[in-house]
Amino acid sequence: MKEKIKSIINSVGLPRIIIFFFLISLFVLAPFVGVSLDTSLNDVIVRFGMNGLLVLSLMPMVKAGCGLNFGLQLGIIAGLLGALTSIEMEIVGFAGFFTAVGVAIFFAVILGFLYGTLLNKIKGDEMVVATYVGFSSISFMCIMWLILPFKSPNMIWAYGGSGLRTTINTQGYWFHVLTDFLKINIGNHITFPTGTILFFALLTFLVWAFFRTKIGSAIIAAGSNPAYAKSCGVSVNKMRIVSVILSTVIAAIGIIVYQESFGFIQLYTAPLYMAFPAIAALLLGGASTEKASIKNVIIGVFLFQGILTMTPSVINNIIQSDMSETIRIIVSNGMIVYALTRRIERAR
Amino acid sequence: MMKKQSSSKKMNPGVYFLINYSVPIIFTILVAFAIPLSKLSANYFVTEIMIRLSRNSFLILALLIPVMAGMGMNFGIVLGAMAGEIGLIFITDWQIVGMPGFLLAILISTPLAIIFGYFAGIVLNRAKGREMVTGFMVSFFMNGIYQLIVLYGMGNIIPILNPSILLPRGYGIRNAISLIGIRQVLDKLIPLKIGGILIPVATFLVITTLCVFIAWFRKTKLGQNMRTVGQDNEVARISGINVERTRILSIVISTVLACYGQIIFLQNIGTMNTYNSHEQVGVFAIAALLVGGASVAKANIPHVFIGVILFHTMFVVSPRAGKELMGQAQLGEYFRVFVSYGVIAFSLALYAWRKRVEKENERKKIMGYRKSILVK
Repeated sequence: MKEKIKSIINSVGLPRIIIFFFLISLFVLAPFVGVSLDTSLNDVIVRFGMNGLLVLSLMPMVKAGCGLNFGLQLGIIAGLLGALTSIEMEIVGFAGFFTAVGVAIFFAVILGFLYGTLLNKIKGDEMVVATYVGFSSISFMCIMWLILPFKSPNMIWAYGGSGLRTTINTQGYWFHVLTDFLKINIGNHITFPTGTILFFALLTFLVWAFFRTKIGSAIIAAGSNPAYAKSCGVSVNKMRIVSVILSTVIAAIGIIVYQESFGFIQLYTAPLYMAFPAIAALLLGGASTEKASIKNVIIGVFLFQGILTMTPSVINNIIQSDMSETIRIIVSNGMIVYALTRRIERAR
Repeated sequence: MMKKQSSSKKMNPGVYFLINYSVPIIFTILVAFAIPLSKLSANYFVTEIMIRLSRNSFLILALLIPVMAGMGMNFGIVLGAMAGEIGLIFITDWQIVGMPGFLLAILISTPLAIIFGYFAGIVLNRAKGREMVTGFMVSFFMNGIYQLIVLYGMGNIIPILNPSILLPRGYGIRNAISLIGIRQVLDKLIPLKIGGILIPVATFLVITTLCVFIAWFRKTKLGQNMRTVGQDNEVARISGINVERTRILSIVISTVLACYGQIIFLQNIGTMNTYNSHEQVGVFAIAALLVGGASVAKANIPHVFIGVILFHTMFVVSPRAGKELMGQAQLGEYFRVFVSYGVIAFSLALYAWRKRVEKENERKKIMGYRKSILVK
C-alpha cells in the first residue's frame, strides 16, 4: 500500500498533488467564507479562454525537443504588431480581429523562423538563451513602440506626445468579439464565452490533427530521438524550425485572444514575464521539459487559472489581506524549478 | 557541464580573438560614440564611474567562483542580495547606526545567505547541465518566499519594534526604507578627497581584499577541486572529489559574497526598495561581467573591472545620449535595459554555439581517426 502511494506520488509529482488538494480545499472553503462559487467558476472559464492558447503554444516546441519556450515573448510581439496594425487601419468587429490575426501570423512566421534558426545553433542550451532572447526582444520593442510611425489617436499619447500608450483599449474595435459570439447566460452570474472556447477548441483540434500528419510525426520523432529521426531521413533542424514557427504563430494568436477578452493591449514591459505563467500552467498539467500533450494543456490551464482566481477571493476573506500575487509567484516559479530539476533524476 | 574552451584548429587566431571578445569590442565602440553625444563633463563622468566601481564590483566578483566550478553565471546571487536586505531591515528596525549597524547587518545576514546558498546549491545539483536557467528560476521562486516573509511575516510572526518601517496596515515592511543610519559608512570610513571628489577608500580596500582572496582561493585545495569539477565532473569524481559538495560550496560562497555585495551597494545608495532592489541584481552583474570579456566558462578579476567600467559608462551616458539624439530620455532608459538583456542573450548564445561547434569538430576528428585506422 505504502509502495503504491509512493509510486503514484512519484508519477504525478508531489507539487501537482499539493496544488490539486489546495485548489479543492479552496473550492470547499469558498461558500463558508462568503465567496460565491458560480462567480468564481465563471472567472475560471473566462480566464481559461484568455490564457488557453498561450499555453497551447508551448506544446509544439516541447514535442520537437526544444524544451519549454521561455522565448514566448517573440510570439507576443508578433501578436502585438498584428493587433496594433488592425487598430491603425480602423477595422472593427470580426474583420478587425482576423486582420490582427493575419498580420500577427505574418510576423510570427518571420520571427519564428529566425528564432528557430538561432535555437538550432545552440542545441542543448535552448532554455537559458531563449529566456534572454525573449527579454531583450521585449526591451527592444520598448524602443520601437516609441518610434514606430503609428498614427491612430486612440493609440498614441494625447497632447502632442509621441510614441504608443502603455495600454490601448480594444473597445470599439474588436473587444469581446469572440467572447460575445453565441454567449450563453447560465443563471445570473455565469456567462459562458462560447466563441472564445470554440476558437480555442478549433486551434487545439488543428494542432492535434497536425501532429498526426506526416510532418507532425516527423517532429515528434525529431524531438524524442534525433539520431533515430536522422537515420530515417528526417531533417531534425528543419522539423525544429517548423515547430518553433508553429509555437510562435499560436502564441501570437493567443495574445490577440487574450487582449480581445481582457479589453486592453499592453505594451512596453507588460509582456516581459508573460512566458512564466504559461509555462507553469503547462507543467502543472503534467508536462515536463520533454513531454507535453493537449491533455496537459487543458488540465494545466484549469488548475493554474483555478488557483489564480480562487486564492485571492478565498484567502482575502479568511485573513483580510491580498496574498494572491505572492502565492502566484511561488506556485508558478516553484513549478518551473521543480520541472527543471526533474529529468536529471530520472536519467540517473 | 561546461567543457574547457580549446581553440579549434580551423579558426584563424585573429578571427577567433574577434569572436571571443566581440561583446567588449562592440561595447567599446558603442561607448566611444555615446560619450561625446552625451555632452557630459569629464569631472562628472569620472566621479560617476568611480562611484559605480565601488558600488558594483563586489557583487560582480561574487559571480567568479561558480564559473570556476563550471556552473556558469550564478543567477542565484539574487538570493544573497535578499539575505543582505533582511539583515538591513533588522538593523533599521533596531535603529543601530554607523559602523556597528553595518557590521551587525552582515552578521545577521551571513547565516541566512548560507542557508539560501545551500538550498540553491542542492537545487542546482539536481539540474546539472542547465544550472543557469534553473538558478534564474530559483531566484524568481525565492523572490516569492522573500515577499511572503517580508510583506506578510514581518510585524505579524516576526516581531518588528519600529512601526515607522511597517506598512500602514500594521504588518509588512514598507516599499522603501531609508538607510540613513548606515549611509556611506563604509565609503566614508577613511575620508579622502582629491580635487573635491570623495574617494571611497575603505570600499576599495574591501574590494581589493576580496580580489586577493579570490586569487588565493584559486590556489587552495578547494579551489583546485572546483576547477577540476568545472572541467569535467567525471574526472573529478574518479580522482576522489566530492562533486556535489564542491558545487554546493561554490554556490554558498557566491551567495554569501553577493549578500555582502548588496549591503555595500545599498550603504552607498542610502535607500532600499524592499521589493525591487534585489530583482535586477543578477541581470546587471552578469551583463557587466560578460561585457568585460568573460564567458560562461571563464571569468577573471580583470573581466570584472573592465566590465564595470564599460557597462556603467553606457549606463551613465545612454539616457543623455538618447535625449540629445532623439529628444527623449526615455529612449535611452529603454536602450540600456535592452543592452543589458541583449548582452546576456548574445554572450550565452555565442558560447552555446561555440560549444556545439567544438563538440562537432571533436566528433569529426574521432570519426576521421577511426576511418584512417580502418584504411590502414
